[in-house]
Amino acid sequence: MPIIVVEVMPKAEILDPQGKAVAGALTRLGHPEFSAVRIGKRFELTVEGPVTAETLAAAKTVAEEILSNQVIEDVVSISEAK
Amino acid sequence: MRVGVITFPGSLDERDAHRAVRLAGGTPVELWHGAHDLEGVEAIILPGGFSYGDYLRAGSIASHAPIMAEVIDAAKKGMPVLGICNGFQMLAEARLVPGAHGRNDCGTFVRRDQILTVENNETAWTRDFSKGEEIVIPLKNADGRFVADADTIKRIEDNGQVTFRYVGVNPNGSLDDIAGVSNEAGNVVGLMPHPEHAVEPGFGPDMPDAMRSGLDGLKFFTSVIQNSLLAKA
Repeated sequence: MPIIVVEVMPKAEILDPQGKAVAGALTRLGHPEFSAVRIGKRFELTVEGPVTAETLAAAKTVAEEILSNQVIEDVVSISEAK
Repeated sequence: MRVGVITFPGSLDERDAHRAVRLAGGTPVELWHGAHDLEGVEAIILPGGFSYGDYLRAGSIASHAPIMAEVIDAAKKGMPVLGICNGFQMLAEARLVPGAHGRNDCGTFVRRDQILTVENNETAWTRDFSKGEEIVIPLKNADGRFVADADTIKRIEDNGQVTFRYVGVNPNGSLDDIAGVSNEAGNVVGLMPHPEHAVEPGFGPDMPDAMRSGLDGLKFFTSVIQNSLLAKA
Protein backbone atom coordinates (compact mmCIF):
# COMPACT_ATOMS: atom_id res chain seq x y z
CA MET A 1 0.00 0.00 0.00
CA PRO A 2 1.27 3.53 -0.75
CA ILE A 3 2.78 5.65 1.99
CA ILE A 4 2.71 9.42 2.54
CA VAL A 5 5.75 10.72 4.43
CA VAL A 6 5.36 13.77 6.67
CA GLU A 7 8.47 15.42 8.09
CA VAL A 8 8.32 17.80 11.06
CA MET A 9 11.18 19.87 12.48
CA PRO A 10 11.43 22.10 15.55
CA LYS A 11 11.34 25.77 14.51
CA ALA A 12 14.81 27.24 13.96
CA GLU A 13 14.55 29.61 16.91
CA ILE A 14 13.41 26.87 19.32
CA LEU A 15 16.10 25.23 21.45
CA ASP A 16 16.45 21.52 20.66
CA PRO A 17 18.04 19.92 23.77
CA GLN A 18 18.08 16.46 22.11
CA GLY A 19 20.02 17.74 19.12
CA LYS A 20 22.37 19.67 21.37
CA ALA A 21 23.13 16.54 23.43
CA VAL A 22 23.81 14.52 20.25
CA ALA A 23 26.05 17.28 18.85
CA GLY A 24 28.05 17.19 22.08
CA ALA A 25 28.45 13.42 21.77
CA LEU A 26 29.62 13.70 18.15
CA THR A 27 32.32 16.16 19.15
CA ARG A 28 33.48 13.85 21.96
CA LEU A 29 33.52 10.91 19.54
CA GLY A 30 35.95 12.68 17.23
CA HIS A 31 33.61 14.38 14.75
CA PRO A 32 34.23 18.11 15.19
CA GLU A 33 33.24 18.57 11.53
CA PHE A 34 29.58 18.46 12.63
CA SER A 35 28.94 21.63 14.60
CA ALA A 36 25.21 21.26 15.26
CA VAL A 37 22.45 18.64 15.18
CA ARG A 38 18.71 19.20 15.10
CA ILE A 39 16.30 16.30 15.52
CA GLY A 40 12.89 16.19 13.87
CA LYS A 41 10.23 13.59 13.24
CA ARG A 42 9.28 11.50 10.22
CA PHE A 43 5.74 10.08 10.03
CA GLU A 44 4.78 7.37 7.52
CA LEU A 45 1.04 7.36 6.81
CA THR A 46 -0.13 4.20 5.08
CA VAL A 47 -2.94 5.04 2.65
CA GLU A 48 -5.92 2.84 1.87
CA GLY A 49 -6.08 2.87 -1.93
CA PRO A 50 -4.19 5.24 -4.23
CA VAL A 51 -2.66 8.56 -3.18
CA THR A 52 -4.87 11.32 -4.57
CA ALA A 53 -5.10 15.09 -4.20
CA GLU A 54 -7.68 14.42 -1.48
CA THR A 55 -5.46 12.08 0.57
CA LEU A 56 -2.55 14.53 0.25
CA ALA A 57 -4.84 17.33 1.43
CA ALA A 58 -5.95 15.16 4.37
CA ALA A 59 -2.28 14.45 5.17
CA LYS A 60 -1.61 18.21 5.18
CA THR A 61 -4.51 18.74 7.59
CA VAL A 62 -3.37 16.09 10.08
CA ALA A 63 0.26 17.20 9.69
CA GLU A 64 -0.60 20.78 10.63
CA GLU A 65 -3.27 20.08 13.24
CA ILE A 66 -2.13 16.91 15.00
CA LEU A 67 1.32 15.65 13.93
CA SER A 68 2.95 19.05 14.54
CA ASN A 69 2.39 21.88 17.00
CA GLN A 70 2.72 25.04 14.93
CA VAL A 71 3.80 27.01 18.00
CA ILE A 72 7.10 25.12 18.15
CA GLU A 73 7.34 23.02 14.96
CA ASP A 74 7.15 23.33 11.18
CA VAL A 75 5.92 20.75 8.70
CA VAL A 76 8.84 20.70 6.25
CA SER A 77 7.60 18.15 3.73
CA ILE A 78 4.63 16.02 2.73
CA SER A 79 5.25 13.55 -0.08
CA GLU A 80 4.41 10.09 -1.37
CA ALA A 81 7.21 7.61 -0.63
CA LYS A 82 8.79 6.28 -3.84
CA MET B 1 -18.91 22.52 44.99
CA ARG B 2 -18.39 19.55 42.65
CA VAL B 3 -14.98 19.64 41.00
CA GLY B 4 -14.27 17.16 38.20
CA VAL B 5 -10.84 15.55 37.88
CA ILE B 6 -10.32 13.85 34.53
CA THR B 7 -8.39 10.59 34.34
CA PHE B 8 -6.54 9.94 31.07
CA PRO B 9 -4.54 6.80 30.21
CA GLY B 10 -1.26 7.54 31.99
CA SER B 11 -2.55 10.12 34.48
CA LEU B 12 -0.66 9.88 37.80
CA ASP B 13 -1.85 12.56 40.18
CA GLU B 14 -5.62 12.47 39.96
CA ARG B 15 -5.92 10.97 43.49
CA ASP B 16 -3.83 13.80 44.90
CA ALA B 17 -6.04 16.29 43.07
CA HIS B 18 -9.16 14.63 44.56
CA ARG B 19 -7.60 14.94 48.01
CA ALA B 20 -6.72 18.60 47.46
CA VAL B 21 -10.32 19.34 46.40
CA ARG B 22 -11.64 17.58 49.51
CA LEU B 23 -9.22 19.39 51.85
CA ALA B 24 -10.29 22.70 50.28
CA GLY B 25 -13.94 21.94 51.10
CA GLY B 26 -15.11 20.66 47.72
CA THR B 27 -16.43 17.36 46.38
CA PRO B 28 -14.15 15.65 43.85
CA VAL B 29 -15.86 13.91 40.93
CA GLU B 30 -14.03 11.28 38.88
CA LEU B 31 -14.37 11.97 35.16
CA TRP B 32 -13.17 9.66 32.37
CA HIS B 33 -11.35 10.81 29.24
CA GLY B 34 -13.43 8.59 26.96
CA ALA B 35 -16.81 9.94 28.07
CA HIS B 36 -18.69 12.94 26.66
CA ASP B 37 -20.10 13.91 30.08
CA LEU B 38 -18.93 16.47 32.66
CA GLU B 39 -21.55 15.12 35.13
CA GLY B 40 -22.65 18.59 36.18
CA VAL B 41 -19.33 19.68 37.73
CA GLU B 42 -18.67 23.38 38.27
CA ALA B 43 -14.89 23.29 37.82
CA ILE B 44 -12.41 20.93 36.14
CA ILE B 45 -8.86 19.80 36.91
CA LEU B 46 -6.62 18.18 34.28
CA PRO B 47 -4.13 16.28 36.45
CA GLY B 48 -0.43 15.57 36.08
CA GLY B 49 1.07 12.41 34.69
CA PHE B 50 2.29 11.08 31.37
CA SER B 51 -0.85 10.63 29.31
CA TYR B 52 -0.22 8.33 26.34
CA GLY B 53 3.40 8.06 27.48
CA ASP B 54 4.04 11.62 26.23
CA TYR B 55 3.93 10.12 22.71
CA LEU B 56 3.95 12.60 19.80
CA ARG B 57 4.23 15.61 22.20
CA ALA B 58 3.42 15.76 25.90
CA GLY B 59 -0.34 16.28 26.29
CA SER B 60 -1.06 16.27 22.56
CA ILE B 61 -3.00 13.02 22.22
CA ALA B 62 -4.95 13.66 25.43
CA SER B 63 -5.89 17.13 24.13
CA HIS B 64 -7.94 15.32 21.47
CA ALA B 65 -9.66 12.92 23.93
CA PRO B 66 -13.48 12.70 23.63
CA ILE B 67 -14.18 14.60 26.89
CA MET B 68 -11.94 17.48 25.78
CA ALA B 69 -14.72 18.66 23.43
CA GLU B 70 -16.88 19.30 26.51
CA VAL B 71 -13.93 20.76 28.47
CA ILE B 72 -13.10 23.22 25.67
CA ASP B 73 -16.75 24.24 25.39
CA ALA B 74 -17.11 24.73 29.17
CA ALA B 75 -13.81 26.62 29.40
CA LYS B 76 -14.92 29.02 26.67
CA LYS B 77 -18.14 29.63 28.63
CA GLY B 78 -16.15 30.56 31.75
CA MET B 79 -15.92 27.37 33.81
CA PRO B 80 -12.77 27.32 35.98
CA VAL B 81 -10.25 24.84 34.52
CA LEU B 82 -6.85 24.10 36.10
CA GLY B 83 -4.18 22.18 34.18
CA ILE B 84 -1.32 20.84 36.29
CA CYS B 85 1.92 19.75 34.57
CA ASN B 86 0.67 17.25 31.95
CA GLY B 87 -2.68 19.03 32.29
CA PHE B 88 -0.95 22.34 31.44
CA GLN B 89 0.57 20.67 28.38
CA MET B 90 -2.93 19.50 27.37
CA LEU B 91 -4.34 23.03 27.77
CA ALA B 92 -1.58 24.42 25.55
CA GLU B 93 -2.06 21.68 22.94
CA ALA B 94 -5.83 22.38 22.99
CA ARG B 95 -5.03 26.13 22.53
CA LEU B 96 -6.98 27.02 25.68
CA VAL B 97 -3.87 28.80 26.99
CA PRO B 98 -1.06 30.36 24.92
CA GLY B 99 2.35 28.81 24.27
CA ALA B 100 3.73 25.29 24.08
CA HIS B 101 6.17 23.04 25.92
CA GLY B 102 9.58 21.69 24.98
CA ARG B 103 12.07 19.37 26.60
CA ASN B 104 13.79 20.89 29.69
CA ASP B 105 16.90 22.78 28.57
CA CYS B 106 19.03 20.71 30.96
CA GLY B 107 17.90 17.58 29.09
CA THR B 108 16.87 15.69 32.21
CA PHE B 109 13.80 15.16 34.37
CA VAL B 110 13.79 17.70 37.23
CA ARG B 111 12.13 17.30 40.62
CA ARG B 112 12.48 20.05 43.23
CA ASP B 113 10.57 22.16 45.74
CA GLN B 114 10.20 25.30 43.64
CA ILE B 115 9.67 28.90 44.70
CA LEU B 116 7.16 30.79 42.53
CA THR B 117 5.73 34.28 42.58
CA VAL B 118 2.03 34.79 42.07
CA GLU B 119 2.08 37.34 39.25
CA ASN B 120 -1.68 37.62 38.88
CA ASN B 121 -4.05 37.00 41.78
CA GLU B 122 -7.17 37.86 39.81
CA THR B 123 -7.63 34.51 38.06
CA ALA B 124 -10.22 31.97 39.20
CA TRP B 125 -7.48 29.78 40.72
CA THR B 126 -5.34 32.49 42.40
CA ARG B 127 -7.84 34.77 44.17
CA ASP B 128 -6.79 33.63 47.65
CA PHE B 129 -3.17 34.68 47.06
CA SER B 130 -1.85 38.21 47.24
CA LYS B 131 -0.13 39.71 44.20
CA GLY B 132 3.61 39.11 44.29
CA GLU B 133 3.30 36.45 47.03
CA GLU B 134 6.12 33.88 47.03
CA ILE B 135 4.96 30.28 47.38
CA VAL B 136 6.70 26.88 47.41
CA ILE B 137 5.23 24.14 45.22
CA PRO B 138 6.80 20.81 44.18
CA LEU B 139 7.84 20.63 40.54
CA LYS B 140 8.55 17.43 38.58
CA ASN B 141 8.76 17.36 34.81
CA ALA B 142 10.80 16.51 31.73
CA ASP B 143 8.97 18.65 29.16
CA GLY B 144 8.40 21.80 31.16
CA ARG B 145 10.13 24.46 29.08
CA PHE B 146 7.45 27.06 28.28
CA VAL B 147 7.96 28.58 24.84
CA ALA B 148 6.03 31.00 22.64
CA ASP B 149 6.95 33.46 19.90
CA ALA B 150 8.02 36.98 20.86
CA ASP B 151 4.64 38.54 19.95
CA THR B 152 2.78 36.05 22.14
CA ILE B 153 5.13 36.60 25.06
CA LYS B 154 4.62 40.37 24.79
CA ARG B 155 0.85 39.96 24.55
CA ILE B 156 0.53 37.68 27.58
CA GLU B 157 2.91 39.83 29.64
CA ASP B 158 0.90 42.96 28.76
CA ASN B 159 -2.44 41.21 29.46
CA GLY B 160 -1.37 39.86 32.84
CA GLN B 161 -1.73 36.30 31.57
CA VAL B 162 1.60 35.28 33.13
CA THR B 163 0.16 33.84 36.33
CA PHE B 164 3.27 32.36 37.98
CA ARG B 165 7.00 32.87 37.56
CA TYR B 166 9.94 30.78 38.80
CA VAL B 167 12.08 32.47 41.46
CA GLY B 168 15.75 31.78 42.13
CA VAL B 169 16.10 28.84 39.76
CA ASN B 170 14.54 28.48 36.33
CA PRO B 171 14.33 24.68 36.37
CA ASN B 172 13.60 24.01 32.71
CA GLY B 173 14.61 27.03 30.62
CA SER B 174 11.10 28.50 30.34
CA LEU B 175 11.01 31.88 28.58
CA ASP B 176 10.75 34.86 30.97
CA ASP B 177 10.84 32.33 33.89
CA ILE B 178 7.17 31.60 33.13
CA ALA B 179 5.82 28.79 35.31
CA GLY B 180 2.11 29.24 34.63
CA VAL B 181 -0.25 31.18 32.37
CA SER B 182 -3.97 31.82 32.04
CA ASN B 183 -6.37 32.45 29.20
CA GLU B 184 -7.53 36.03 28.63
CA ALA B 185 -10.62 35.64 30.80
CA GLY B 186 -8.63 34.17 33.71
CA ASN B 187 -10.85 31.13 34.26
CA VAL B 188 -8.35 28.71 32.66
CA VAL B 189 -4.95 28.41 34.36
CA GLY B 190 -2.09 26.03 33.60
CA LEU B 191 1.19 25.58 35.45
CA MET B 192 4.02 23.07 35.55
CA PRO B 193 4.48 22.77 39.38
CA HIS B 194 2.05 20.62 41.36
CA PRO B 195 -0.12 22.51 43.91
CA GLU B 196 -1.98 19.27 44.76
CA HIS B 197 1.25 18.00 46.38
CA ALA B 198 1.34 20.92 48.85
CA VAL B 199 -1.99 20.65 50.67
CA GLU B 200 -1.44 18.43 53.72
CA PRO B 201 1.05 18.64 56.63
CA GLY B 202 3.62 15.82 56.41
CA PHE B 203 3.27 15.39 52.65
CA GLY B 204 4.19 18.81 51.26
CA PRO B 205 7.44 20.46 50.20
CA ASP B 206 10.18 21.16 52.75
CA MET B 207 9.88 24.57 54.36
CA PRO B 208 12.41 26.54 56.43
CA ASP B 209 10.61 25.75 59.71
CA ALA B 210 9.78 22.07 59.14
CA MET B 211 10.23 19.32 56.58
CA ARG B 212 7.29 18.46 54.30
CA SER B 213 5.14 21.11 55.91
CA GLY B 214 4.38 23.31 52.87
CA LEU B 215 0.68 23.97 52.27
CA ASP B 216 0.85 26.74 49.66
CA GLY B 217 -1.02 24.60 47.12
CA LEU B 218 -4.25 24.66 49.08
CA LYS B 219 -5.09 28.22 48.05
CA PHE B 220 -5.39 27.19 44.37
CA PHE B 221 -8.33 25.01 45.31
CA THR B 222 -9.88 27.27 47.96
CA SER B 223 -9.73 30.14 45.42
CA VAL B 224 -12.32 28.35 43.32
CA ILE B 225 -14.20 26.32 45.92
CA GLN B 226 -14.55 28.81 48.79
CA ASN B 227 -15.35 31.73 46.47
CA SER B 228 -18.08 29.63 44.88
CA LEU B 229 -19.52 28.85 48.34
CA LEU B 230 -19.41 32.55 49.24
CA ALA B 231 -21.15 33.47 46.01
CA LYS B 232 -23.98 31.05 46.81
CA ALA B 233 -24.34 32.15 50.44
